[in-house]
Amino acid sequence: MAKHVVAPACELPPGARKRVTVGGRSIAVFNIGGELFALLDRCPHKGGSLCEGKLTGLVQSPEPGVYRYSRAGEILRCPWHGWEFDVRTGKSRCDPRRVRAKSYPVTVEQGSELSEGPYEVETFTASVEQDYVVVSL
Amino acid sequence: MKPPRIGAIDCDIHPALPALSSLLPYLSDHWREMALQSGLHELETVNYPPGAPLTARQDWRPAQGKAASALAQVTAQALDPWDTSLAICNCLYGVQALFSEDLAAGIARALNSWIAREWLDLEPRLRASIVIPMQSPELAVDEIEFWASDKRFVQVLMLVTGDAPLGRRQYWPIYAAAARHGLPVGIHAGSSFRYPMTPVGWTSYYAEDYVNQSQAFQTQLTSLICEGAFSKYPELRVVLLESGFTWLPAHVWHLSKFWRGLRMEVPWVDRPPFEIVRDQVRLTLQPVDAPPRREVLERVLEHMGSDKLLLYSTDYPHWQFDGEDALPDGLSDALVRKILIDNPREAYPRVMETVQ
Repeated sequence: MAKHVVAPACELPPGARKRVTVGGRSIAVFNIGGELFALLDRCPHKGGSLCEGKLTGLVQSPEPGVYRYSRAGEILRCPWHGWEFDVRTGKSRCDPRRVRAKSYPVTVEQGSELSEGPYEVETFTASVEQDYVVVSL
Repeated sequence: MKPPRIGAIDCDIHPALPALSSLLPYLSDHWREMALQSGLHELETVNYPPGAPLTARQDWRPAQGKAASALAQVTAQALDPWDTSLAICNCLYGVQALFSEDLAAGIARALNSWIAREWLDLEPRLRASIVIPMQSPELAVDEIEFWASDKRFVQVLMLVTGDAPLGRRQYWPIYAAAARHGLPVGIHAGSSFRYPMTPVGWTSYYAEDYVNQSQAFQTQLTSLICEGAFSKYPELRVVLLESGFTWLPAHVWHLSKFWRGLRMEVPWVDRPPFEIVRDQVRLTLQPVDAPPRREVLERVLEHMGSDKLLLYSTDYPHWQFDGEDALPDGLSDALVRKILIDNPREAYPRVMETVQ
């Protein structure tokens, strides 16, 4: 699994999202409350850009008329048809076993470490002083 | 084609009340007196106008009186020709159209009593649905509770067009009672005439009304799913009676498509509508609303996604087929057995309980 440096960490503060290209693939990277998530920027339904989707929470119900809202901001709705995806797993809510958005491990690494590892920086020059967002695929 | 004589269970036949006067012995003193004093008229609605060809097949119309209004007619015309082992009586009398809840409850009690005494007591092959006053869920539950211990009543009967969408919580006490007693809720074609049969206004012709019933069935099925009745009562079973069935795959597919994008609006619908239908909904066979070509029917059945959904029915005395060809062509032997016997037994837990 190759690691790809996709952006300086300062470009993805909490609440931000960014579409990056890695190995010819568009990937949507989200910073949700300081945690990073990366999904292939292509809804498995019809191909809508997940990077353009709305983040919402998880609505569950033990019985009709009772709404349980949790995990605010961790459910991504595709902008085209509203299908929901769990940003942590990529699984859809409507058919979690069969329909899922491809998700990738994503971390923040210090620039000083990048020169030593098997990192690939495609679109910009990394400097040792900064932190970087790294996607593995 | 003619059904094989293997003891079919006919899930929809319609014994007819000869006249309101037939109920007099079964009405309470008060309602008997009120019916006589006020000159209460026959509760025949235009759901099945007496002269309409659909209402009774020509060869099933007696010289005098209504078709299917005497036990001897029904046994000779609806049971014996096919060696039917059991048949479920769904009595269509205009109880549901009354505006007085109390009168509706009074008539429903008398009608169910009439069915019990003059049909079920006399013919062991008959079962029946409990007619309820849909106008009042509270009184409807009373009626269910009154008859629940009589296992010859195998279903609760509602009409497809009443006062409100059937998924609404106002109706849930009915579903709770039905589920508690192992009684599927049968929703039959017909209206209480609070609303037109269409969502766009009143129509002019019977053909319009009858064909548009399928829209009402679609609406009620959608309501029951979206409002969460099936989720609230996992034991609830609903049988759509005289509904047609070819609309089902397209409609449920359409609903499932929108559920996928709007699931959070109805989070209690925690599985695709197709699965709910497969587990909790059944439909009777007649009228077969498909072209009479084997390959077309096979395609529709394939799209329905389960061979458990269809329940055999003749819809006697309604004119849905000629002669003894109560089954469409193109069904495999295995599927015929399921439709005739296995599916009805599974759908109606009580239907075999009182077999002697």
